[in-house]
Amino acid sequence: MFDDFFIRALIAGIGISLVTGPLGCFIVWRRLSFFAGTLAHSALLGVTMALFFEINIAFSVFIISAVLAILLLQLQKKTKLPNDALLGLLAHASLAVGLVVIGFLTSIRFDVMGLLFGDILAVNQNDLLVIWLGGGLILIILKLIWKPLFASTVNYELSEAEGMKPDKFNAIFTILTAALIAISIKIVGLLLITGMLIIPAATARNVSNNPKQMVIFSVIFGLISVLVGLFTSLKINSASGPSIITATLLLFIISLIKFKKVSDLKK
Amino acid sequence: MENKNKKILLKVENASFYLNDKALIKKVSLEIKQGEIVTLIGPNGSGKSTTAKIALGIYKKIEGRVRRFTERIGYVPQKVSIDWTLPIRVIDFMSLTEDLKNDQINVALNLTGVEHLKNKSLSNLSGGELQRVLIARAIAKKPELLVLDEPVQGVDFKGEIALYELIKKISEKLNCGILLISHDLHVVMSATDFVICLNGHVCCSGKPHTVIQDEKYKELFGDRASNILSLYEHEHDHSHSSDGSIDPKK
Repeated sequence: MFDDFFIRALIAGIGISLVTGPLGCFIVWRRLSFFAGTLAHSALLGVTMALFFEINIAFSVFIISAVLAILLLQLQKKTKLPNDALLGLLAHASLAVGLVVIGFLTSIRFDVMGLLFGDILAVNQNDLLVIWLGGGLILIILKLIWKPLFASTVNYELSEAEGMKPDKFNAIFTILTAALIAISIKIVGLLLITGMLIIPAATARNVSNNPKQMVIFSVIFGLISVLVGLFTSLKINSASGPSIITATLLLFIISLIKFKKVSDLKK
Repeated sequence: MENKNKKILLKVENASFYLNDKALIKKVSLEIKQGEIVTLIGPNGSGKSTTAKIALGIYKKIEGRVRRFTERIGYVPQKVSIDWTLPIRVIDFMSLTEDLKNDQINVALNLTGVEHLKNKSLSNLSGGELQRVLIARAIAKKPELLVLDEPVQGVDFKGEIALYELIKKISEKLNCGILLISHDLHVVMSATDFVICLNGHVCCSGKPHTVIQDEKYKELFGDRASNILSLYEHEHDHSHSSDGSIDPKK
């Protein structure tokens, strides 16, 4: 019925949205959307490194994002610049360095557009393996650290006082975010991955009243967006990554209407 | 109350804490045993909350030594703000740091009088309601050590008295140690085993009626503050009948 590449795209997209749902909720709750964006920007440098040293792209992106996250923590301690300035600095500096390095890699044919916006239709079996194994691992770890991570998200001091070790779990969460960006960069691209994390979660917030519900809705909205986006892209020949994100936006708008109705009823 | 044989839960020795080279507290020591209520009093900015946070290990870069001999700790912070983006109901919040059974949650919420708020969003609660939920959460896990940082702020007057009575009852029932921070000198003096009067350092400390006689206490709170105990501790030698006339005690 469908071509192989489209089936692979579906399997990849579904895998990614299962992970972006819960992780995206935490990113919204913890006000980390700009942070996730910064990690995603650094992915360009990660990809060029992978091409330069001929190593696995996901692995290289993961290493670079993790290094960037550690760098950020150090800068936060050593300078008095506000967080958003530091994030902007790191995001655009790493993007620029990545672009400069690309310039030197003239021998390699390089699809910059695919990197920025994703090329889900070029996913191969190896990518699927990375997405499902990596994604599965991220979800298992998230499930294991859910309680202390959630407690520290609600109130840092409370969780520290009651022995939940928030610093440790915040660090693990940062690494999970870096890992997610690494496995999903090929699918939605580095400019759009933040959208995939935040928009379904934001949509879910409009229709839920407890944390677990928000996570479930977030996954559902991510899945719907992937399906709608991919089929649209097949039908009207639009770019797959942007089509998926546009679908998340449509869901968000619909949720606003519903949200308004619910809050009107409450009045 | 004799506490000599009781387990020590918390020991702070000569703790100092600096923020941007300014000392927030200097050489503060305190000790809490099972079944004992220790209260910190002092003016604004005197380091009461800071002392509590040091005792709890929230501030780690300190001089001096802090030892906690229990891991079962319940904490009511001075301020908790819940962002709208995080949808969380009272019932979700109750199990934040420990999994509780439904009836444990009900009992605790019932004790602080907010069982009816169980399924409400935390961000929709009033200040007083939130305080009651915070206290309920801290006691629901049956802690060995309770740290309460102005636990009744924003609670109505009648509720305030009831909550302090509850706190005292809990310390007896659970036999837990309590570190209480309060502005309410009345309560402090009537319901506390040990008072520490802070002003960056320990001004004076001891049993309530020794502390209020202390010159330093009078300096900090004014002479009128010394009369508090007499207001509260005097024995009634009479009672009032419904028309207001005096009935001598039998």
